This record gives sequence, C-alpha cells and structure tokens, in this order.
Amino acid sequence: MTTKLETLPAPDKKTAGPGKPTNHRKPTKRRESRGTLAFSRAARTKALIKHGILILAGGLMIYPLLWMVVSSLRANELIFREPGLWLNSLEMSNYTDGWSALTHPFGHYMLNSAIVVIGSILGNLISCSMAAYAFARLQFTGKKLFFGIMLLTIMLPFHVVIVPQYILFSQIGWVNTFWPLIVPKLLATDAFFVFLMVQFIRGIPKDLDEAARIDGAGHPRIFLRVILPLMVPALATTTIFTFIWTWNDFFGALIYLTDPDMFTVPVALRAFVDSQSATSWGSLFAMSIVSLLPVFLVFLFGQRFLIKGIATTGIK
Amino acid sequence: MSAISELSTLKRRKGPMTAAEKKANGRDNKAAYIFLLPWLVGLVAITVGPMLMSLYLSFTDYNLLQPPEWVGLDNFIRMFADARLHNSLGVTFTYVFVGVPLQLGVALLIALVLDKGLRGLPFYRSVFYLPSLLGGSVAVAILWKQIFGTTGLVNQALAMFGIQGPGWISDPSTALGSIVLLHVWTFGAPMIIFLAGLRQIPVMYYEAAKVDGASTLQQFWRITLPMLSPIIFFNLVLQIIGSFQSFTQAFIVSGGNGGPSDSTMFFTLYLYQKGFGQFDMGYASAMAWFLLVIIGVFTAINFIAAKYWVFYDD
Repeated sequence: MTTKLETLPAPDKKTAGPGKPTNHRKPTKRRESRGTLAFSRAARTKALIKHGILILAGGLMIYPLLWMVVSSLRANELIFREPGLWLNSLEMSNYTDGWSALTHPFGHYMLNSAIVVIGSILGNLISCSMAAYAFARLQFTGKKLFFGIMLLTIMLPFHVVIVPQYILFSQIGWVNTFWPLIVPKLLATDAFFVFLMVQFIRGIPKDLDEAARIDGAGHPRIFLRVILPLMVPALATTTIFTFIWTWNDFFGALIYLTDPDMFTVPVALRAFVDSQSATSWGSLFAMSIVSLLPVFLVFLFGQRFLIKGIATTGIK
Repeated sequence: MSAISELSTLKRRKGPMTAAEKKANGRDNKAAYIFLLPWLVGLVAITVGPMLMSLYLSFTDYNLLQPPEWVGLDNFIRMFADARLHNSLGVTFTYVFVGVPLQLGVALLIALVLDKGLRGLPFYRSVFYLPSLLGGSVAVAILWKQIFGTTGLVNQALAMFGIQGPGWISDPSTALGSIVLLHVWTFGAPMIIFLAGLRQIPVMYYEAAKVDGASTLQQFWRITLPMLSPIIFFNLVLQIIGSFQSFTQAFIVSGGNGGPSDSTMFFTLYLYQKGFGQFDMGYASAMAWFLLVIIGVFTAINFIAAKYWVFYDD
C-alpha cells in the first residue's frame, strides 16, 4: 500500500503553482456555469438512487425489529401467518400475560437489572476516571509498564478469568448476589473506559491544572475541581455504554444468578423462553420489547455522545 | 489514537527521559498509586490472579467439591482427542472467518455511501447503528430464533413466492449461517468508526487525484483504502477478538445446547457447558487458556501482517 501511495502525485506540488489557477479560472468558470445544470440533474438522480438504496437497506435492517413490535400486539395465531406490518386490532393481552408469566412480575427483574446497572455505572465512573487521571497526568514509576498492561487487558478474553473468578466469588458466598457483577466495575476492570478517559484528559490543556497547582491545589482537588468537570462528555459516554452493555449482559448473570429472585432481565427472558417454548411468541415478544425499551431510550437521548464516543476510540 | 495503535507505538517511545520528566519522576508516585488503587486491586484480584489460578487449574482435575487434583497435561491431551471440541473450533473459526470480513465489508460499504455529503445522514446513521446496540441482547436472539424458525418471518416471506423454506435453525447446514447473519446485521459500530476515519482523509488528496484524471475506483484503491488502513486494522483486530468470544446468540438460538447436531456449538458455549454445566473446571480452564493462545496468535499475526498493509502517514 505504501508504495502505491508513493506513486500518487504529491497533491500540493502540482496544483499550487503560482499563477496557474488564475490562468485556468476563466474557462473553468464558464464551463462550470453551463455544467452545473447538467451536473445537478445527474447528481439529483444519483442522489435519488442512493437514497432509494439506503432506505431499502435501512428498512431491511429495521424490519425485524418493527415486525417484533407489531407481533407483540398481535394475537398469537396471527404471528405465524403475517410477515407484514399491518395491524387489524391491538392485542394488549400479550403484555399483561407476559408481565406476569414468571414467578415474579417482570418489573421485579427490571428492578434487579436497574440495581446492577446503577452499581456498574457508579463503579466505572469513579474507578476508571481515577485511573485515567493517574495515567494521563501523573508521573510515576512503572507507568509505561502499567499502561501497557492496561491496554492489553482491553483485549483479554474474559473466559480466561471467568472460572477462577467464579470459584473466588462462590467461596466468599457471593453467588446469587449482585456483587460479582458490580465489584469488578468498582475496580476498573473495564479498561476500555480507562483508555477512553485517558485519551480525553490528554486533550484538556495542561495549563489548567498547572494554574491550579500554583494556586496550591493538590492532586485530589485538581482531579475533582478541574479535570472531572471538564471530562463530562467522556463520563457521559462511559455512562451510556455501561448502561447498555450491563443491561444486555447475559453471560455474567447466567453464571452468577441462579436464584429466580435475583434474575436480571436477560436471564429472566431466557427462563421465559424455556418455560413457554414456542407456544406464546406474542408475550415473549412483548417482554422482549419491554426489555429493549430502556436501551432504545438511552440510544435515543444519548446518540450524540454514543457516536462521538465510539468514533474517537477508532481514530488513530 | 486507538488502543491498538497506541500499543504498537508504545515500544517506540522508549527514548531517554527529558529533564522535566526526570525531575517529575518520583514526585507523584504516592498520589499516582492512590489514584490507581482501585485499578491495581482489580488487576491483581480480578484479572492477573485469576489468570494464574486458571493456568494452575488447567493442570488439575477440579469439580468445585473436592480440592483440585494435579493431573499434569491430562486436560490438554483430552482436548487433543475431544471430537466435540474440534467441532466447536471449526464452528468458531467459520463464524470468525466468514462473519468478520462480511460484517466489516458491509460496514465499509455503507460508510462509503454515507460519507459523500448526503442529506439525512444522522437519520441513516442511527438506523444502521441501532441493531449493533441491540444485537447482543437476549431479546434479539429470541427474535432471530423466530425469524429463522420453520414458521418464521423468512419462511412466511418465502411462502408468498410459493417457496417452502427449510427450518433454518433446525437444519445443521443453515443454523450457523443464521447466526453469522445476526453478526453481520450488527455492523453499525464498525461503520461509525469507518465514518469517522473517512472524515480524517484530507479532501485535497481527492482533488489532486481528480486533476490527474483518476477514476473513482482508482481513488478508492489509492487514497481511501491506504488512508483508512489503520482503522480497518483497528476494526479487524477488535472484531476478531470479540467474535472468538461470541456466546449469547448461539446460546439462545440453540436453546443452550449448541444444536442441531452441534452445528452452533461455539467454543465458548462448549467451555460453558464443561465448566458450569458439568463443573469440569480443570478442563474448562485448559480450554480457556487454549482460547487465549488462539486469540493471542491471531492478534500477533494481525500485528505482523499490519506492517505490510497498514499505512501511517505521520
């Protein structure tokens, strides 16, 4: 690839010759004025085709989700006959049936999920921002080594630690509690967020904390009063991603929460599948919609941050 | 700077410390370790400790009830002879080698279409991104199970054309394909990273190429692809690592047993069954380390190959 790019003409050398642009300006301008009409018509058709393809592709992407919403409002026997999105009547019974189909009303599982999610968010916000401050702003022995290890842990498959973690948590009696799901977040094991915040803090001008230091502020104060208020976008991104990932987390909950009282939404849904099998897709879909609703709302309101957050992690 | 390029430049920065750095060195140690305390405790107790423990367990026979019994290389020898494990490797490799390129290809294609100053970009971006947020959920896996079921959405649509579709999920030859499709469907996250990367390419390169009469295709091959290569690399590494660990979709779609006839028995699903179904913790640990080695090898190959195709213009 490198060689290919080298064969490319260096852009500025050829175009930026002095005088050249003025020589060319007149004819190009004339051609442009005549050309724009033809150009715009062609461009408009091209754009139209493009929009057509995109709408088609987007529709295909979203169709299964829309169909699930519609199916959750249909009578059970209709679900298997209707690939379309047309609703003749609203069947709310799927929701009322599904809500109370398991030992507890579905709200119980949502509350469990909410506890885990809130704990995880607080954990990630506190511990990751602290570690990020140290990595981004402080000089200390072993910094490079630790930073390298931190980056490596982002890529570490969790299966390598899950068996001993399970043994550890079961020996201290934490199986069927929310602790195994929350405590790791309090200990900044989601290194991805540490990295995200390090990148963000690096972008904050150092003059600010140096000024605070001259005024006699120590690191805790600089961290709390200067850095934290400035890194709200990074904290928002962390909050939103933690919310969605924790809300959707199935594996952790499957392993640690075996008592139906403690089920979070994903394991409850799975129990629902097992208990009803294929007999009531309607209520299964209804509860699926209910379970996706919080994620969808977070997506709706947090979109700006989400996209910024995911994009900045990809910029080299 | 992404985590990955950061990692590859980490060793390059080994140069001598500046005077200021030397002066500062040591001064912040105490404060730094206090700030790092939660992370350090996590590193020791939740990550490195358990890793070493699982390495030890991989040489033992352990069922949680009796103390671990040292069996040497027995677990690894068992892995050699375990046909179901070999099958699960095949399933996982197929999933990774088909799913990842397909997903990244679609993501790049849509990103390219969306990049060209299109009206309604935020709308399209949201539509394509939403599935990748929901894709990992049990709810969507349940939906997928219905869509590709015998009387599911796909077959209902096919029936309108008079085609009798197979039972996609109950047929071993198509079950994995439907899960691969679920993976491709969640192309939104890499797409957004591609979009951000495309924005970084200076417009003047394209203008210069146009002046020289380069076709759109030439511009794509000679400008877009090389300039985007670090981001393609980033997506590739992360997607490969992530895909090797896929679990939820296969678990839900197959009802937890990797069926039909083990055609969706992912490596992680088999690991889960061994460890948390049969409490064969020693064997599960050996499998986990094997997975780590596989992922490590693939990541290393990726980094080595990157030298030949990833282009950094700095």
